[in-house]
Amino acid sequence: MNKFTTIQKQCSVDWDALNNSGKTVIYLGMASCGKAAGADKVKAIILDTIKKYKIEAELVEVGCIGTCYLEPLMDIKTNGAPRISFGNVTEKNAETIIRKYIVEKEDISKRSLGYFGPKGLNGLPGFFEQPMLKDQVRVVTKNCGIIDPGNIRHYIANEGYAGLVKALSKKPDEIIKEITHAGIRGRGGAGFPTGIKWRTCRNTKSDEKYLICNADEGDPGAFMNRLLIESDPHALLEGMLIAAYTIGGTHGYIYTRAEYPLAITRLQNALDQVKEYGLMGKNILGSGFSFEIKIKEGAGAFVCGEETSLIHSIEGKRGMPRTRPPFPAVSGLNGKPTVINNVETLGTIPHILRNGPEWYRQFGVEGNFGTKTFSLVGKIRRSGLIEVPLGTSLRKIIYDIGGGTQKPFKAVQTGGPSGGCIPKELLDTPMTYESLAKVGSIMGSGGLIVMDQDTCVVDLARYFLDFIQKESCGKCTPCRVGTRHIVEILEKICQGQAEPDFLDKLESLSHLVKATSLCGLGQTAPNPVLSTLRYFRQEYIQHVDEYYCPALVCSSLIEYTVIKDKCTGCQRCVSVCPTGAITGPRSEPHNLDIDKCIKCRACYEICRFDAIAGNAIVISGRKRQ
Amino acid sequence: MERLDVSYDKILHAYPNEEGSLIPLLQKMQATKRYISPEMVEAVADYLGITESQVYGVASFYSQFRFTEPGKHSISVCLGTACHVNGGETLLETFERDLNIKPGECTPDKKFDLNRVACIGCCALAPVVKVDNDVHSKVNVIKLKEIWTSYE
Ligand SMILES: Cc1cc2nc3c(=O)[nH]c(=O)nc-3n(C[C@H](O)[C@H](O)[C@H](O)COP(=O)(O)O)c2cc1C
Ligand code: FES
Repeated sequence: MNKFTTIQKQCSVDWDALNNSGKTVIYLGMASCGKAAGADKVKAIILDTIKKYKIEAELVEVGCIGTCYLEPLMDIKTNGAPRISFGNVTEKNAETIIRKYIVEKEDISKRSLGYFGPKGLNGLPGFFEQPMLKDQVRVVTKNCGIIDPGNIRHYIANEGYAGLVKALSKKPDEIIKEITHAGIRGRGGAGFPTGIKWRTCRNTKSDEKYLICNADEGDPGAFMNRLLIESDPHALLEGMLIAAYTIGGTHGYIYTRAEYPLAITRLQNALDQVKEYGLMGKNILGSGFSFEIKIKEGAGAFVCGEETSLIHSIEGKRGMPRTRPPFPAVSGLNGKPTVINNVETLGTIPHILRNGPEWYRQFGVEGNFGTKTFSLVGKIRRSGLIEVPLGTSLRKIIYDIGGGTQKPFKAVQTGGPSGGCIPKELLDTPMTYESLAKVGSIMGSGGLIVMDQDTCVVDLARYFLDFIQKESCGKCTPCRVGTRHIVEILEKICQGQAEPDFLDKLESLSHLVKATSLCGLGQTAPNPVLSTLRYFRQEYIQHVDEYYCPALVCSSLIEYTVIKDKCTGCQRCVSVCPTGAITGPRSEPHNLDIDKCIKCRACYEICRFDAIAGNAIVISGRKRQ
Repeated sequence: MERLDVSYDKILHAYPNEEGSLIPLLQKMQATKRYISPEMVEAVADYLGITESQVYGVASFYSQFRFTEPGKHSISVCLGTACHVNGGETLLETFERDLNIKPGECTPDKKFDLNRVACIGCCALAPVVKVDNDVHSKVNVIKLKEIWTSYE
């Protein structure tokens, strides 16, 4: 322990030297989202620029701070000035920013998003004062985008592993009491109280016990766990060590998605470091507690996020679920007591240990204490990852934090494919497990898909059911066959081939699948259908009765036309049309042959973004006469 | 077993001879050639003392494993929810038409294979398309052609 105290001190000194000395430091966001936005190319420019102007600067690669719509993000700290952040940095402007700010010392702070730390800079707002951030409470995301996820010393300097040290000085039962009192519920979706799960496992006698971190993140359209692992992998490891010590765990696994290669690399690197620092392995920090963690790469199956399927997958079998009880906490991996927790649940644990359960209970509302991360995506202005206290209203999340939608807001889907679609009238619903269930949705793992008037809810329901049907493991008939029938009905509706009784059929089939499926996958699969039927029945009726898709999405129900008055005859659309449906000489309004048109959207997009007229091609619905 | 590539042997023996090794072994095998060949299935079955159909039974359950040779470049179109509401399906259709193949297939010149993927975690920059290890964000049907033609 004493040795670790020395390490903590050294790390703090190093961290202080990096951030509070005269040194110039450039921080670059290098999580997957940053890379997708071009951070690798920006990095190359930064290195070239430093060389070119002989700048003495250190480049620190950090994770993602959550404002993904501003990626790539680059922060700069110079002598005497705080760390300030620049957004939407590109290959083209990176050199200019560095040259002007560092070399020519020009005041370009107006171009910056804000400063970090206690010390301001001439009238610049704090980074966390931005509209997207000011209502957030960063607990589990505290380090994200701030520290280098590849450097354990940065983590330690920011109170890292202090929660573990505290835990090791306590009795496991004491920790269970604290976690139970803190009121944290599982962040993987079901919201089961973590303290109770741990107690059950602790009280089950066995020579071996397993702890599994569920990092499968199957919800398509959500990335909370990816971002946390890529930006702060040690938070997860610290949480796992505390959990294992508490339940008496002997072996640990992290089950990750194969689609997250960078997260896997960063985890592996973090695991190497904890071993090196004596925080994992035999007799951790001299406490007598020993524990090892292994990474298990998932192989691509949504159902493997379900805990019993996940266990089968680790055992090398097809990832099929089984009925519960027995619950894994009693009989799990290899028949031994096993605790399975989500990444976010485990990543939050160190904070509760460090600051105490009362501190944690100040966030959120009775029964729903603490904070929750959400990935705010879809038709939203400010997309990214956010963390808010539970109980925050959807309205606050979408409008105050997300900045609303460009076109009129229509609905928001919470809980991914197992969740529901919530309309405008219910935007004051607070984000708690119970109130979301009341409106026909679920909290899920934190995906929030925002939709505007251009999203068709029937198409969305079809999309989700198609996803589930393909992912159904096939073990139970209601899910395997039932979801298939639901998809067929929805496809017919979207194609304008529905019969009058389709909506009733859809409803009764949905209830049947919900009531009779074996696992959570099938039991929740009809939620997108039932919630859209509940709140957007009129839109279904329009599809069924009028063969009309008001959002102009369902391709069988729409057509493309050229507005002759607007078309300048620039021929851009002619050049991209793959079937020769658009014709016409230059400078004369073009013709669109509906029979040849395959609705590929190419003409529409090129006219909007890249043509002289701008919006001469329109999509319209074909109402049944 | 003289047909067996010696390099398989090395991979096999890095894992304990137990059921839990099956998926990691298949992953390691696939990493060598980007697909699972019939010989690999045979080798794995032999090593673990199970039947080939048991190996196929597990492997075919998971979408990560492919059983046909991939192209030089792998194109994956994201069809996660965020990408779907931002037009992912249209992108896939355009790829299918431009390359004249269906998802899971490979172009006759073996240059590209086309796949659908359910979210790669860059949802805030939807719709996204992944070519090999590069993620292209905010793609539209016009940008798409520039993307695949830029790969040699
Ligand atoms: C179909 C299905 C998919 C699931 N996917 C995930 C997932 O991707 N990640 C996750 O943590 N939990 C997922 N769960 C929930 C897990 O079964 C389990 O409840 C959770 O990992 C427990 O951790 P927690 O208590 O920390 O939430 C899924 C459940 C079902 C039914
Ligand atoms: S939905 Fe496409 S990256 Fe997540």
